[in-house]
Amino acid sequence: MFAVIGLVVGVVAGILIEPTVPTGLQPYLPIAVVAALDALFGGLRAYLDGVFDERVFVVSFVFNVLIAALLVFLGDQLGVGAQMTTAVVVVLGIRIFSNAASIRRHVFKA
Amino acid sequence: MRTVPEQDQRPAGEGTSAATRLRQLVLRRQPTWVHVLIVLLCAAVGFALAVQVRQAQEDTYATMRQDDLVRLIDELGARNRELTEEGVALRRELDDLESGTSSLEAAREAAEQQARVQGILAGVLPVTGPGIEIRVQDPTAQVTAPTFVTVLEELRNAGAEAIELNGQRITASSWLGTRTGGLVVSGVDIEPPYVWRAIGDPQTLAVALDIPGGALASIRTAGATAEVEQLERVEITSVRELRQPQWATPAPTDEG
Repeated sequence: MFAVIGLVVGVVAGILIEPTVPTGLQPYLPIAVVAALDALFGGLRAYLDGVFDERVFVVSFVFNVLIAALLVFLGDQLGVGAQMTTAVVVVLGIRIFSNAASIRRHVFKA
Repeated sequence: MRTVPEQDQRPAGEGTSAATRLRQLVLRRQPTWVHVLIVLLCAAVGFALAVQVRQAQEDTYATMRQDDLVRLIDELGARNRELTEEGVALRRELDDLESGTSSLEAAREAAEQQARVQGILAGVLPVTGPGIEIRVQDPTAQVTAPTFVTVLEELRNAGAEAIELNGQRITASSWLGTRTGGLVVSGVDIEPPYVWRAIGDPQTLAVALDIPGGALASIRTAGATAEVEQLERVEITSVRELRQPQWATPAPTDEG
């Protein structure tokens, strides 16, 4: 519940403060957001599965975000930044979908 | 770590326990430092989400990669170059067309000039200029056409540019004939006294007519009198009408 409130508060703050993203971070922010969304869905699924662990969730959240950003950074250095971004987004998207499917089965039993 | 009655029924079906856990998630009130951290992380995600969405909406170029931007600039440069070349080509075409117009005007002027010259030579334009006047007194009509043809030839040889005899313009196609009491010029009867008017160098014309055994001499031999007057200004107002050539057409020239 607090997590949902935190999410809403973050969105409102982002809209109200209107910060400018530093140029160096611009390629990584969207990937980090997608990775964080993946971690959120994964946490929810784990909770519904009864295997949720706060520590695991926090660590996996931070690691997912960092690894996604690192991959994109590496891709940029190798000259395949755009492709790497696409690859990461595709993989995370697949994970989000499968997590969402599990959650859906739990919630709607279908 | 949480003990709820439903957990005992887990083997019966996961769905019930999941629903219970979902209810717990909403209702739970036991904040630990990990929960605070999770809330903070969620807030960060929401914040980043909002920022990124706004960023992506307001500026398409800011979120693009460096190589994408470079490619975009390359494309823009190439397009710019193409348009510049097209502009240069069009400008050149415009210049060509303008100079074409001016050369067309020059050609028209030349054609008008040519038409004036041809008009004078063909006798379709009234002309004026220095020249001579020959008065031939021939009360008894002794002068015959051949005599006047001699006069005409002499005037032409001396460079007369326009010739008139008794108000009849003499051109290349004019002819002279003899009749009783006068002459015929191109089908028109004329009678004495005859008046020739010729435009050209007065001195040259007068000298040419006056040579011994020449035109004036033959007139006098025929029994008439002729006097030549050199004039600063002779007006020849009579014109001939040109007939459109029926058979002859200009031969095509080799050079355009």
